[in-house]
Amino acid sequence: MSGRIAKLSSMLKRGEISAKELAEGYISRIEREDGLLNAYASNTFEYALSCADEADKLIRSGRATALTGIPMALKDNICSDGHFTTCSSKILQGFKPYYDAAVWEKLRAQGAVMLGKTNMDEFAMGSASETSYYGAPSNPVDLSRVAGGSSGGSAAAVKADIAAYALGSDTGGSIRQPASFCGVVGFKPTYGAVSRYGLIAYASSLDQIGPLAYSVEDAAIIYDAIRGQDARDQTSLTTASGATSLDIDVSSLKVGVPEEFFGEGVDDEVKEAIEGAVKLFERAGAKVKRVKIPAFKVALPVYYIISCAEASSNLGRYDGIRYGYRAENFADIDDMVVKTRTLGFGKEVKRRIMLGTYVLSSGYFDAYYKKACLLRGRIISEFDGVFGGCDILLTPTAPTTAFKKGTKSANSTQTYLADICTVPASIAGLPAVSLPCAAGAGGLPIGLQIIANRLCDGTALSAAAFFERTSGISSENCGEVKL
Amino acid sequence: MKYQLVSGFETHVELATDTKIFCGCSTKFGASPNTHCCPVCTGQPGALPVLNKKVVEYAIRAGLATHCTINTITHLDRKNYCYPDLPKAYQISQFDKPLCEHGYVELESGKKIRLTRIHIEEDAGKLVHERGHTLIDYNRGGVPLIEIVSEPDISSPEEAREYVEKLQLIMRYIGVSDCKMQEGSMRCDVNISLCPEGSDVLGTRTEIKNMNSITFIERAMAYEAERQAEILDAGGKVEQATMRFDEATGETYVMRTKEDAQDYRYFPEPDLLTVHIPKERVEEIAASLPELPLEKLRRYTGELGISQHNARLLYKYKAVCDFFEACLALGAGAKNTANLILGTVYSTLATEEEKEAFDIKVSAGDMAALVKYVDGGKINVTLAQMTLAKMLKEGGALSQYITESDLAGVSEEQLISLCREAIANNPKAAEDYLAGKQKAIGGLFGYIKRATQGKADIRRAEEIIKGLLSQK
Repeated sequence: MSGRIAKLSSMLKRGEISAKELAEGYISRIEREDGLLNAYASNTFEYALSCADEADKLIRSGRATALTGIPMALKDNICSDGHFTTCSSKILQGFKPYYDAAVWEKLRAQGAVMLGKTNMDEFAMGSASETSYYGAPSNPVDLSRVAGGSSGGSAAAVKADIAAYALGSDTGGSIRQPASFCGVVGFKPTYGAVSRYGLIAYASSLDQIGPLAYSVEDAAIIYDAIRGQDARDQTSLTTASGATSLDIDVSSLKVGVPEEFFGEGVDDEVKEAIEGAVKLFERAGAKVKRVKIPAFKVALPVYYIISCAEASSNLGRYDGIRYGYRAENFADIDDMVVKTRTLGFGKEVKRRIMLGTYVLSSGYFDAYYKKACLLRGRIISEFDGVFGGCDILLTPTAPTTAFKKGTKSANSTQTYLADICTVPASIAGLPAVSLPCAAGAGGLPIGLQIIANRLCDGTALSAAAFFERTSGISSENCGEVKL
Repeated sequence: MKYQLVSGFETHVELATDTKIFCGCSTKFGASPNTHCCPVCTGQPGALPVLNKKVVEYAIRAGLATHCTINTITHLDRKNYCYPDLPKAYQISQFDKPLCEHGYVELESGKKIRLTRIHIEEDAGKLVHERGHTLIDYNRGGVPLIEIVSEPDISSPEEAREYVEKLQLIMRYIGVSDCKMQEGSMRCDVNISLCPEGSDVLGTRTEIKNMNSITFIERAMAYEAERQAEILDAGGKVEQATMRFDEATGETYVMRTKEDAQDYRYFPEPDLLTVHIPKERVEEIAASLPELPLEKLRRYTGELGISQHNARLLYKYKAVCDFFEACLALGAGAKNTANLILGTVYSTLATEEEKEAFDIKVSAGDMAALVKYVDGGKINVTLAQMTLAKMLKEGGALSQYITESDLAGVSEEQLISLCREAIANNPKAAEDYLAGKQKAIGGLFGYIKRATQGKADIRRAEEIIKGLLSQK
């Protein structure tokens, strides 16, 4: 299936439409649809039109790339110079960074057209985007359901085509899980493949920027445009593989199916859908084997300990002194900081800051943080072992399809379970893609997760492209947009 | 009861790198507020640190110069605390794997003050209190620091002074910091406890924070030791506390006690990678270290035969030593060089800063040539001093000041006849001398100096005059 980006790009290059007209079209669609969807936290329409002018110049001068003039969106935690970037939190109300994130710098140079910042869980903490200060975005397939999270706005915008594509960030599943819920493609690259410079940190050792797109081909184009080492991010890598070619010889592919991902809590319809995908690979000649990752059972606590520990430190800077929201009526500076943080952060963020502060505090550090780091090592080595005999792993992205709004966020631990299938790859820093593989009850999309070994980003995307091509299931036909 | 003072120091030294520890901003002191800032050093959301390699190299230099072991695999940690001058609410520092460990600083007595560790970290910004407002200047935020932690080996305020001075000198010699306490590029936290003399049980310690003058350190230590002694003598217990020293009253006061001690929640900095330092690099740095202060002092007084007093005045300033040694390398004698520097040159350099900078108009080459004239008896010290003073003021080459005829000197015959003239023209002085007034001979030297415009060798003239007078 040819992607949305290729289609729009060829229209632009052939002059059937100008970048400006295309941008205007998307802007009016946002104005029409986003009231219902709430996919955007803020828009940058004026900027989009000036980006489009630049894009038209690039096109006229013959220097256009596949992404020139394509209207897109950034998640509300990716900085761009002079535009609201608030992590959908009250505490960053009014905050406009004065520099561009590395990813936006790269896309802007190619003539990308930014429509706005997409709605998300506050500071990317959540699995339904319901912790957003702006309220939750809706799932375009069923407006009564959540879009997933934390990149819920990005997934919803792409699905509803009020952005041709969007960037998201993934710490424990925040790209893949909303992609699964909305029926689009979401790709979390190898940790370090994409520079984090300008991504407002949630958990530094886990955060990774990646695309949410309408097709695997689109995701690969975007990934290729944003990846690469960046001198400003010491954790960025030189060696992650690109995805310029999505060709793959499936007959020599070794596919692992880790049984722990199909355990209790995973809905039957999801299990069946993934088994169906496994069969498709098998029929094409891939060698399928059932594998075990016993440390799967500790992945969720390890994730929550490490991510909250890092978050408690990363979010310490929001004190009302330099930028963002500042509480009124304070007695002195300590009072100001306390009031600002009390009123500026939402419940879930406070919960995670407290949890993180606790696990790092003296007396508990060894029992929690240190132990979590040790177990992280075990999870990594178990994946290493599995990838000794496999090229990719096939698993569900999420245990369920999109749930009803307001049903789970009241119960944190239950919401945390929504990440159970995505968290292991995050902890190990592995590339993983989620793509639609079936429609479940109510026509809700089910996501297939393909995990590859570290730095084998191209393998994950090629295998996904194979599935999309062979199954005929894609964003286009999996989960009908009801707007 | 008599007590023994037990003290350990935590010394922060700003490293003299051109740029900050995690970004490319300038470290220059004294710029307008918030002009040496960027997203990284002001902790803007989304910004990431990148470790300045030069900082690691400088810290290794400091470690090697204080006989530390270098941990070639190390990492940085976050120290979390909330204060307006710390824009990220954590300081990137080192916790469980400092770059340098197990060193020492040797005092002149031969006593070694052991160093527990030296680690690298970033400085915080600066709060400026003005007209009821508090302003923040982040220029200093992200300036690289090393923290040098000593064992509690210091037993008196005098030892503390020497320890700090030695550290200062070492850092200046190896070029990693100017250690200007008044500008805050060197600051000390002083831990003090008392134990009954003869006992080896350590008492409860207090910590006096942020001392920025050696004199105040001495005073604060003396005051704090007495305060603790009074408490102990009265049968009380010293409470573990962080103290401040009030420079105006000369007293220490409690800032916070152990109950509100902070939990810094250290954990490895996830934005930075483990630092791997090649062993060869450490060896290269070790090989590039200059002669260290104490070695130099010992060489000056020993091998070069310079007096303790003079050697000390020289070795305190790195630039002076460099100049002095350049003169010696060109063949100038150590004593005459030292005397001219300490007498004539120092008299034109009023402040410590000027001596440290040692920015003078005379080249080492000219200085060496001038000293060699004195060494060889071609000109006397007075002429050398006068010439040097003029050159220091006006600049220019030595040849403009000392001519061939100056160097011709005064012949033995001329000198003998001049001495006779001197005695004949100053009968009173001659008589006084013979009557036992040793000083009276000066009047005769004055005559000879005037007659030869300072060219005569006065020491020789003294011998001649004494000879002539004894014949009387």
